[in-house]
Amino acid sequence: MAELLYFTELVGLGVHDLKGRRIGRLADAALVPLIDSGRIDRYLVGGGWAWLTVRHEQVRSISLDGIHLRDEHLTPYHDDEYMLRIARDLLDQQIIDVDGRKVVRVNDVTFEIHRENGCEVLRVLEVDVGIRSIFRRLSQGVLPRRWIRRLQRPVAPNSIRWEHCNIVEPDPRRRLRLNISYRMLEEMHPADLADIVEELAPEERGAIFETIDSEAAADALSEVDPKMQASILESLETGKAAEIVEEMAPDEAADALAELEEATSEEILEEMDVEPKAEVRELLEFEQDTAGSLMNTEYIALHENATVADAMDALKGNQDLLENLSTLFLIDQDGVLKGAVPLGRLFAVPAAARLRELAAGTLLHVPAGEKQNRVVETFDKYNLLNLPVTDEEGRLAGVITADDIISVLRQR
Amino acid sequence: MAGAMLKRIRTQIAVFFAVIGPGFITAMVDNDAGGIFTYSQAGARFGYLPLWTLAPIAVLLVITQEMNSRMGAVTGKGLSDLIREEFGLRVTFLVMALLVLTNFANVMANFAGIASSLQLFAVPRWVSVPLCAAAVWLLVVKGTYHSVEKIFLGACVVYAAYIVSALLIEPDWREAALSSVQPVLMLDPAYIAILIGMVGTSIAPWMQFYLQAAVVEKGISEREYAESRIEVIVGCIAMVVIAFFIVVACARAIWTTGPRDIREAADAAQALRPFGKYAYLLFSAGLFNASMFAASILPLSTAYSVCEGLGFETGVNKRFREAPIFYWLYTLLIVLGAGVVLMPGFPLVRMILLSQVLNGVLLPLVLIFMVMLVNKKELMGEWTNARWQNFIAWTSVVVMIGLTLALAGITARDAWG
Repeated sequence: MAELLYFTELVGLGVHDLKGRRIGRLADAALVPLIDSGRIDRYLVGGGWAWLTVRHEQVRSISLDGIHLRDEHLTPYHDDEYMLRIARDLLDQQIIDVDGRKVVRVNDVTFEIHRENGCEVLRVLEVDVGIRSIFRRLSQGVLPRRWIRRLQRPVAPNSIRWEHCNIVEPDPRRRLRLNISYRMLEEMHPADLADIVEELAPEERGAIFETIDSEAAADALSEVDPKMQASILESLETGKAAEIVEEMAPDEAADALAELEEATSEEILEEMDVEPKAEVRELLEFEQDTAGSLMNTEYIALHENATVADAMDALKGNQDLLENLSTLFLIDQDGVLKGAVPLGRLFAVPAAARLRELAAGTLLHVPAGEKQNRVVETFDKYNLLNLPVTDEEGRLAGVITADDIISVLRQR
Repeated sequence: MAGAMLKRIRTQIAVFFAVIGPGFITAMVDNDAGGIFTYSQAGARFGYLPLWTLAPIAVLLVITQEMNSRMGAVTGKGLSDLIREEFGLRVTFLVMALLVLTNFANVMANFAGIASSLQLFAVPRWVSVPLCAAAVWLLVVKGTYHSVEKIFLGACVVYAAYIVSALLIEPDWREAALSSVQPVLMLDPAYIAILIGMVGTSIAPWMQFYLQAAVVEKGISEREYAESRIEVIVGCIAMVVIAFFIVVACARAIWTTGPRDIREAADAAQALRPFGKYAYLLFSAGLFNASMFAASILPLSTAYSVCEGLGFETGVNKRFREAPIFYWLYTLLIVLGAGVVLMPGFPLVRMILLSQVLNGVLLPLVLIFMVMLVNKKELMGEWTNARWQNFIAWTSVVVMIGLTLALAGITARDAWG
């Protein structure tokens, strides 16, 4: 197993030339992520007036006793934007632990010492959080390095593997230069991503929503607290905001836009495609805290004379709705709601059967103007998973689902 | 035309109420058991004379609080986060260690305030203190931020009790008004100590951390900041007004009959007794409310600041197992703070004095960090201090440091000299 070295130990190590004379002490170390995301590329050595840069291939050996060089052609230190400096850019900053799904603060960094082409290089193994690394930071430079190693032993380590760390950088140009991407975040569950985003500062939040793809952004945004949704949408460029809102379920989109100032939400709506725009606009017309503002306009409705085979075709044509679908609705030629068919019943009858015969006994529905409280009561009383909403003429306008009700209850 | 203007005014009022909370609550909690004691003492010993310090106190308070809420709104980060990111772990650890010690002493002082105020209602301390400690703990652990904030805002209203109780005992308003605008200095060490004490108790380190965190938690943005600033100013003025009525009440009740020192805030309430039942009851209720309020906020604010600064999981919406250090710190501050008050023979007064000394050590550090942070372009962008703001800010910092160090020195000398 490769030997470990902590960043707290690395800082302050003496740097020695070929003859073993000390030329300075190590001040910081830097990765160049565009070349290699895990290898320390340069060491910055303080000594005399200015800092010197040591490239990684100039190092013969690294240990607790010091750093020995095999080449003495050192250059003065220049800051360049492709460098991620550990002490300056990583230590004490917040990063995202993708695996543990939380935001953490970096106390220390653990390296592995590897031998490559006759020189010893450091590779970042883990980022350290928790009490053990706090102890190392506090005693760094006060106690000898080996004592610190011994004293920290009883405390359990708390570290995050470097592959699971995601640095948050608000500046898009710097993000490119440091090769930071948020692709790992797109893979997370939207609810987890929403939790993480809520913990970050507004600038960093904006950076994440700007960069990840609109679908993942829409899913995560739906899970964020309504007031924060508004501030995130405001901070984004109108075009990007519109793209994200388009991907959201229309009821969620309408809720988010309703929190914005009218001028801003209007700008975003203007940028949206015609179809989602019309749906969202319709929902925005409903007053807050009514059935109309809770409902979703994504549902499957068939003519009351349709058969099970027709229903199966309709399901195949609406793949994207299937994940959360539990009921089909029946309407007449004017769109008036006539019945509701629980999805499961389709499988117990022949394909030629009429849907009307499968409809639930009592047809429950609420008018769009119904107060939110009454809707919640109806859900509770009849143990519903969903409830159709109708307009003044009895036409099907939308559907409220149980998850909408849970959100209402949570917000009280 | 008029309709549009009316609508604009209405939305502005609506925004004001949407952001109300952090600044107001912070300023009110500032009048905790220790503060009430100091103001009562000032009135009891020197009558209306010290009232003139209240206006400068309001100015100092507004300047520091405004910087905090601005930093919170612009960066979206708490003060301990910013100190950690800009000044590193060691500095943060030092500040946090001092903060825990100071706040622990403050928690103790407020549980002592709970005990003595409820004793006025004939509730023995071994009943009142454990019950209130349990209530405080449950309030935060079982409540949501929203409901807790509502309860806190409700508690702010109870401070009006002081105004009513002062009105009931008919003080000399002409003299009170005159003394409020007429600075009087005497070379009496006790007088100077009281003046310094009044300034010292009104600006405490925990406030800076609490206010900024609350502004962040509330999600107040740069856009809403103008309203938030008004809220901070209104809060500070309200706090000073309450202090005014406390001083006036004690001046009338104690100083006019015979100037003397009081030992604790409950003594002041006792002194109001001859003026009628209601004045006395209101003053005691006010003391209980203030102590309870501060005892609820201080442990929570401490646990938040420490865990955020040192990078432990925080938040009342997390489970105990997810954020163990947060909950342990919070619980221990309450349990120990309340437990110590119940211990017979514990040198409580000395401990409270010690908290003032620690306050004096910590406050300069926090203020200097604050002014440095608020001037960082990369954090604050266009929201850094203007030159005149910096002039006032640094002057206030120097004045505050001078006064708190003097206060710390005087208390240290009195307690151990």
